[in-house]
Formats: sequence, structure tokens, C-alpha cells
Amino acid sequence: MTAEQIIFLIVGAVTLASALMVVTARDLVHAALWLVAALFGVAIVYTLLNAGFLAVVQVVVYIGAIAILFIFAVMLTRRQAAKDTGPALNQNWWLGALLAVLTFGGLVALLQTWSGFSKTASAIPSGFDAVNELGTALTSPAGYVLPFEVASVLLLAALVGAVYLAFNKK
Amino acid sequence: MNFWNDPLKVAADWLTGVFVGWGMNEIAAHVLVVFLGILVLIIVLMVIDILLVWIERKVVARFQDRIGPNRLGPFGLIQPFADIVKLLIKEDTTPNGADKVVYNLAPMLSMMSVLILWAVVPLAPVMTGVDLNTGLLFIIAAGSIGTLSIIMGGWSSNNKFSVIGAFRQVAVMISFEVPMLAMMLIPTIFAGSMGVNAIIQSQDIWFFWLSPLAAVIFMIAAIAELGRSPFDLSEGESELVSGFNIEYSGMKFGMFYAGELLHAFTFGGFWGILFFGGYRFFGLENVSFIFAILILLVKAMIGYWIIMWVKYTMMRIRIDHMLAFNWKFLTPVAFVLVMVVALMNALLKGAPAWLYVTGMLLANIVVAWVSLEVVRSAGRKERERVEGAQVVEAAHH
Repeated sequence: MTAEQIIFLIVGAVTLASALMVVTARDLVHAALWLVAALFGVAIVYTLLNAGFLAVVQVVVYIGAIAILFIFAVMLTRRQAAKDTGPALNQNWWLGALLAVLTFGGLVALLQTWSGFSKTASAIPSGFDAVNELGTALTSPAGYVLPFEVASVLLLAALVGAVYLAFNKK
Repeated sequence: MNFWNDPLKVAADWLTGVFVGWGMNEIAAHVLVVFLGILVLIIVLMVIDILLVWIERKVVARFQDRIGPNRLGPFGLIQPFADIVKLLIKEDTTPNGADKVVYNLAPMLSMMSVLILWAVVPLAPVMTGVDLNTGLLFIIAAGSIGTLSIIMGGWSSNNKFSVIGAFRQVAVMISFEVPMLAMMLIPTIFAGSMGVNAIIQSQDIWFFWLSPLAAVIFMIAAIAELGRSPFDLSEGESELVSGFNIEYSGMKFGMFYAGELLHAFTFGGFWGILFFGGYRFFGLENVSFIFAILILLVKAMIGYWIIMWVKYTMMRIRIDHMLAFNWKFLTPVAFVLVMVVALMNALLKGAPAWLYVTGMLLANIVVAWVSLEVVRSAGRKERERVEGAQVVEAAHH
């Protein structure tokens, strides 16, 4: 096993454990903090895949903005209300588990038909600027300019909608 | 390869050789050497941090027409060490009903979010922790961990004041992150890279001369991000006692305090790096790496001094004023400036250097002037509205 594989296994285990804690933690703020840990693990997985830009954006957007807003909203509620005391499972737990296993199995089966599944990635040539390539791909007409613009318009619409909802009519 | 050209690599190679000579695995030796390098950097930073306490106290004393610490050692230089001993022997208290793990984790995260910033700071042309090509985004990402530490400390203390303080601080931080990120895009446009070292290398002319407005907005956003006066509502001694760190005692409080000072110093350094050429000073940085480090330290100190100057001169502003200032003035100006600079950069691409600099400078002055005029006319209208209403009211009575 190479050092990279060992790191990946550790990070993967920590990420999955944190994700499990998100749904089992009794305290809502703790759940949000475990979510931060899980998101951080995903960022490390991105770095292992040589996607440094995605890793940093993951931390900025998901931890710096989304998770903080979660915690913000939870903190506004009363402390006792944020604690869950009821049973953690209902009668349908086996159905949920079955669906999760089926989805995982389906994804694995689907990926096995892909030729790149069992190949090791070729080494990145030295001097390869991933950020530059990503920027060019996102803005060139031959690349992904249309999906990029559509996503931008969608976000703008969400922004306008938020302003409209919060706007205080006189 | 001699020591004076690339000291880090020579030292690392030598140490790796020693460890391998002791019969260590080559990879393990490499990891150990990198670890030792990080440890040395952190120790140097913490020693600087101790001296920053002294500098801060001396400077604030001068601003307030006092002498400051002057009893222990020459110029009171031993005072900060006495402070540390005091902090260490204080009782370590945990409030009733506190969330212990989160409570103890928060000061560590706060310190970590500052120290991690130095991973991307180039101390000299060849002395960089990691030369990330996303260096500027990394700074913002580290800042979001700092925000998290404040919210954790404020919430877990089980104290109303600390929660309110944390709320305010987070509100400040997530709002001022926006103009700060926009202002980081401007050196990125000039340098064509987000890497910190590439930005320094392309500053044959300081970026301050290309875009002084960006430097000013960056400084304002940095002061807000640090939670220093006039944006220190999270501490607000007169209303919140001490804000998010109210329940912390001893060295845990010391971690927050030291983290804040080092953060201010670090942002002074980033100001120098982004707009004043970092370690570069008329080719002096190529003579020896010692000069380069000294130049960077001097620039960081100047930035830090400006932050202190603002802190001890300005009054605290109210939270709604702070938010309005950010969202209605700073953010729009920052976005307009980014657009104008990008457009001018595209227009002046092939132009000679003098034309490029003059054009950029003029564009900046125009943006600053127009935005100030807009604010002034809006202010005048608002004043007329309020005063007009008062006149009408007075007529009714």
C-alpha cells in the first residue's frame, strides 16, 4: 500500500464516521459540527485527487458559508429545543437500510461497466496548471460555458427571490 | 547549490541525509524533516506573537499619552513573559452547563486558523511553505475556520453575552468576506495567478499604485474580519463585557488573545504582500534571504501599525450601521472596481507600462470619486427628508 492509499483510507473512514454522527447526534449543534468534519474530509479527498481548487472552494463554500449558516439558525432556537430526546429509529428503519444498500450496490455495478474504474490515473505532467485549465474550460464556447451560465442565472434568480421575500413593502 | 541561495532546501537535504545516515527510511526521514520545518516556523511565529503583546501595549500607550509597560527589563520587554506566566498559573475554569469538548476545541481552532495562513506566505523568493496556485482562496478558507472557532466558543460557553458576541462577530465576518474576496481578485487580475509567490514576483510596480482603492477596501475588510475597532462589536466591553470569549480564563483566553494579535500581524503582512510587493524592495531581496525576510517583516509591521492606529483612533460603530456600510457601500464599490479593473486590463493589455499604470490609477480615482459622490447625494437626500419631516412636525405643534 502506498502512503496515499493509507491516507485515503484514514480520511474516508473519518469522513464516513462523521457523516454517521451527523444523523445520530442528539444535539443539533453537534450534528452541524460533525457535518463540518465530514465536509472537511471530502475536501481532503479532493486534494488527494489533485483537485486543489475544488478542495479550497469546498471549505470556503460549504464550511465557511453553509455550515456556519446552519449553526447560526440552530443557535437561534432555544437550547432545550435543539436537543432530541425521542427514539432514533422508527418501524421503517429496515426499508431505509435496504434502499441505501441497493443504491450503493447499483452505483458500484454501474461504475464497474466504466473502463476507467479499475485503471490507475496517469500522472499529471509537471507544469500543469489545473486552475488555469478549469477557468478556460468554464469560459470557452467549446467547453462548459453554457452550463456555467445557466447555473449562474439560476443562482441569480435565487438571489432575486431571496431579496423579494425579505423585502419589506411599505 | 549553496546555502545562501536556497537555505531551506540545503538544510532539508542535509537533515534528510543525517536521518537516513541513522538508518531511517527515506520517506519517513522526509516526513520528519517537513514536520520539523513546520515546528520551527510555528515556534518563530509564537515568539513574534509574544513580542506583539509588548508592541501592542506600547503603541496603545503612546496613542493614549501614556508610557506603557516600563518596569520589567529594558523598555518593559520582559512584561509579556510575565503575562504568560500569569496566564499559565491562573485557574482554568469551565462554566456550568458548558459543552466541554466544543468549549476546549474553540481556542485551539482559533489559533490554528491563524497559524495555517503562514503555510502560503513566501518569506523570501525561495522560502515558501507551499506555493499553492489557489493561495488567495486558501486565505479565505482559513478565515472561515476562524469564524467557526468563534461561533463554537460563543455557543459552548452557555452564556448569553458570549452567544450575542459570537452572533455579531460572525455577522461581521461573513459580510466583510465578500468585499475582501473581491479585492483579492484585483491582484489576481494584475498577476494572472492566485499563487501568492506569483503575485509578489509580478509586482515590478507595486499593485498599490495600480489600484489604491483596492488596497484601502482590503484594509477595511481586513480590520472587520479581525473584529478590531471600529468593528469590535463582538467584544463591545460596555455592553457585552467581553463578547464571545467572556467565559474563558487563563491560557485558553490567552489563545484567543494571541490568535487575534497574530491575525492582525498576518493581515498586515498580506496587505504588504498583495499591494506592496511582499519581500521585494528594489532588488535587495536577491542579495540574501535574510534581507527578504526582514523586508517582509517590516512591511507586515507597518500594516499592523496601521491596523492599531485605526483601532485606537476610531469609535465603535453600531451593528446596523456596520451592515449597511458593508452591503450598501463597500460591496457594490468592490464589485464595480473589479469590473472596471478587469475591463481596463483587457483594454490596456498591450500598452506600455506608464500608460497602463496611469490608466489604472485614473480608473481607480474615478471609481472612488463617483462612489463618494453617490453616497454624498444619498446622504443629503436622507438628511433633507428627515429635517423636512421635523420642520413639518414643528409646524403642527
